[in-house]
Amino acid sequence: MVLDLGLEKISTERDLLAPGHRLCAGCAEPMAIRQILHAIGEPVVVGSSTGCVEVTTTPYPFSSWRVPWIHSAFENVSSTICGAEAMYRSLVRQGKMEDKGIKFVCFAGDGATYDIGLQWISGAMERGHKFLYVCLNNEAYMNTGIQRSSATPFGAWTTTSQDGKARFGKREHRKDVTAIMADHNIPYVAQASPHAWRDLMAKTKKAIACDGPAFINVLVPCQRGWRYPGEKTVELCRLAVDTCVWPLYEVIDGEYSLTYNPNPKRPVKDWLDSQGRFKHLMTPENAPIIDQMQTWVDLQWQRLLERCKVA
Amino acid sequence: MALKSWKEILIGGMITDVGNSINYKTGDWRSYRPIWDDKKCNNCKVCWVYCPDGSITIKDGVMIGMDLDHCKGCGICAQECPQKAIKMMEETKLREAVK
Amino acid sequence: MPAESYQDDGGDQVEGGGEMTTMNVAKYKGLPKGLEGDRAVAEAMRQMNPDVVAAYPITPQTEIVMRFSEFVSNGEVDTEFIAVESEHAAMSSCIGAAAAGGRVQTATSGAGMALMWEVLWVASGSRLPIVMHAVNRSLSSPLNIHCDHSDTMGMRDAGWVHIFDENVQEAYDSAIQVLRIAEHPDVMLPTLHALDGFIIGHSVERMETLPDEAVKEFIGTYTPKYSLLDFEHPATFGPMDLQDYFFEHKRQQVEAIQNALDVIVKVGQEFGELSGRPYGLMEEYCMDDADYVLVALGSTAGTSKVAVDMMRDSGVKAGLLKIRCFRPFPHKMVSEVLGKRKVVGVLDRSISFGAQTGPLCLEVITSFFTHGVSPKVVNYVYGMGGRDITPAHICEMYKELVEIDKKGITGPVQRFFGVRD
Repeated sequence: MVLDLGLEKISTERDLLAPGHRLCAGCAEPMAIRQILHAIGEPVVVGSSTGCVEVTTTPYPFSSWRVPWIHSAFENVSSTICGAEAMYRSLVRQGKMEDKGIKFVCFAGDGATYDIGLQWISGAMERGHKFLYVCLNNEAYMNTGIQRSSATPFGAWTTTSQDGKARFGKREHRKDVTAIMADHNIPYVAQASPHAWRDLMAKTKKAIACDGPAFINVLVPCQRGWRYPGEKTVELCRLAVDTCVWPLYEVIDGEYSLTYNPNPKRPVKDWLDSQGRFKHLMTPENAPIIDQMQTWVDLQWQRLLERCKVA
Repeated sequence: MALKSWKEILIGGMITDVGNSINYKTGDWRSYRPIWDDKKCNNCKVCWVYCPDGSITIKDGVMIGMDLDHCKGCGICAQECPQKAIKMMEETKLREAVK
Repeated sequence: MPAESYQDDGGDQVEGGGEMTTMNVAKYKGLPKGLEGDRAVAEAMRQMNPDVVAAYPITPQTEIVMRFSEFVSNGEVDTEFIAVESEHAAMSSCIGAAAAGGRVQTATSGAGMALMWEVLWVASGSRLPIVMHAVNRSLSSPLNIHCDHSDTMGMRDAGWVHIFDENVQEAYDSAIQVLRIAEHPDVMLPTLHALDGFIIGHSVERMETLPDEAVKEFIGTYTPKYSLLDFEHPATFGPMDLQDYFFEHKRQQVEAIQNALDVIVKVGQEFGELSGRPYGLMEEYCMDDADYVLVALGSTAGTSKVAVDMMRDSGVKAGLLKIRCFRPFPHKMVSEVLGKRKVVGVLDRSISFGAQTGPLCLEVITSFFTHGVSPKVVNYVYGMGGRDITPAHICEMYKELVEIDKKGITGPVQRFFGVRD
């Protein structure tokens, strides 16, 4: 498969997400969506869960989606798109419509994916529907005002895991949904970030080409929820990857491989320093929390390297 | 835009004028405007691939400017341009200068 | 029990457009069978050959899904069958499939329907003509797998059309009709028909199925106006409404469900021409001169017909009004039929906790008040969690109506029949 990622060609193709959406200035979600949809190409049917993207791209009577798009509820974009995909297969099989090579993709936040929607995605993956599920992971329930999800990192401030006299922020390490998806034995799983657009678009092309379900977990920094200046969004993605907080890898038919190995591997403290949601950890009494976080990141990184047979 | 009655709109909240968000000018949101130096620009299109609002205008493979109707002034393009060809300047000052 | 009275009628007596019609000439001859309700519904589904079915098992609907799966495995249908991982996922997949422009069906009961609650509203709000075979079951807690109407009554405000079945024949016939009702351009709403769990669902009754070509002819083909798979006219389904448009979209739904009243009658008449069994919004049994009337939904209507015969034998002018269409509620017709009766007893197989009466009785009393008629009304809540109701029980109710005529209503309007005090 030839991966043509020269921006010359795709910059001539129309954006499938039209401007005029109401996402915050500097939001990484539309950045990721634009890149992903350019990589998929047309014809594509898109589903969104309830969340920032859904409400800001379709405030009636406006819609930013130049392709067919559906939203039904918060937890169920996977089931909804699976229903559409099943209908497509049924109609083509019965000769009621011709096979136009329609692709199906879901966009959902980490809240919808890690928490409330986990059952629905698991069912969809297990049944083997041919679709791509993209988790736009900004590590909290941002649309409702920055509440913790199981994707929120250890020690982070959110409105439901606040730092105060009795607590230091979120007390649990985040769940590894990418690994959970890989353990569903689906053809393609990956972790990506929109700063590394070539990597994200290559992963998208592989994902959408496989004959079954695919899952990509994309880190999308949120300047409101993470508390940093909006122009630094891309820089923050780099920092997440270079500190190994957000490794870039893929799992193809169960085989893990790293797509980026940071050199040098930067300390987690650099990552924490860049955002206001970790500001409270920078006190001497909270130094052990930072140590715990470094230990945890190192452990996850080591585990990943072993899986990727790089260790 | 005058609000329509229930008899005038499609059922189920369906929107068939897809992509009509382009008529909503988010350029009003700006506090800072990107100013682009076309002499420094080498058409790498990194700004285009990063812009959250699709507001980098490309014509015939050449970057010709910003869509100021929709650019929210986030500053990512200025931050990421490898040629440092984009600077962010205060919107109000620029508007006053025009008067 | 219900089958006997059905056969004795010599044809289904139906009120539609204000006229009583008995049809004897049908385009197609029926094929006599002995089928349980669930299996009859599955057979109807096989003949309708939906494009997608997404369903999850729950007693007492399970027979429908299992039997339909046999058809799928044997290649007797073209349906893409999605064995989803929960009822919420079932309805969610139905929504996506229906938006993708084809025919979609599902079935559920009780807690399963309750689990779908959120997305039942999404289905109707998005105006998707999904068909649901609702096998009535109680709602926990405590856990009970038997029949009462709590599940469908729990979602009576969700904007679905609700049709109730009296027996297996009706379950089969309504299964086919609801598809035409849902897809009608003046309606475009998800539609369910409710059959009593176990009582109809698992009871073998004599009935007739139509030949495959009759069902094909009746349902025709479905050409949706909008589809997710239409790239020439791409559309956005399920946007966000703010305060400025939500109310208008809901007003449209009100119009649509009211339109269903006429559509149900027309579809029922057309079905009559096909099968010899016409249908409407309700059915009157011995109502010409009835002074003492019970109003019922579901299988209890059949039981009540036997009781009416028994009461008539003992000289009481008893009658039964069976409500077939509960949503939209045909309030005008109900007030016309019942307005001049002496005493009306409304049977509810569900409780609206905190309300003065059960859901059906609330509708009946409201229709009386708004149309200016005032027979005496009492409410009998019965049969919760599958508690049996027999013709003898119904006769006791009729006797009570006679007493009320003599002495007035002494005691509360809402009575609980069959509970051990």
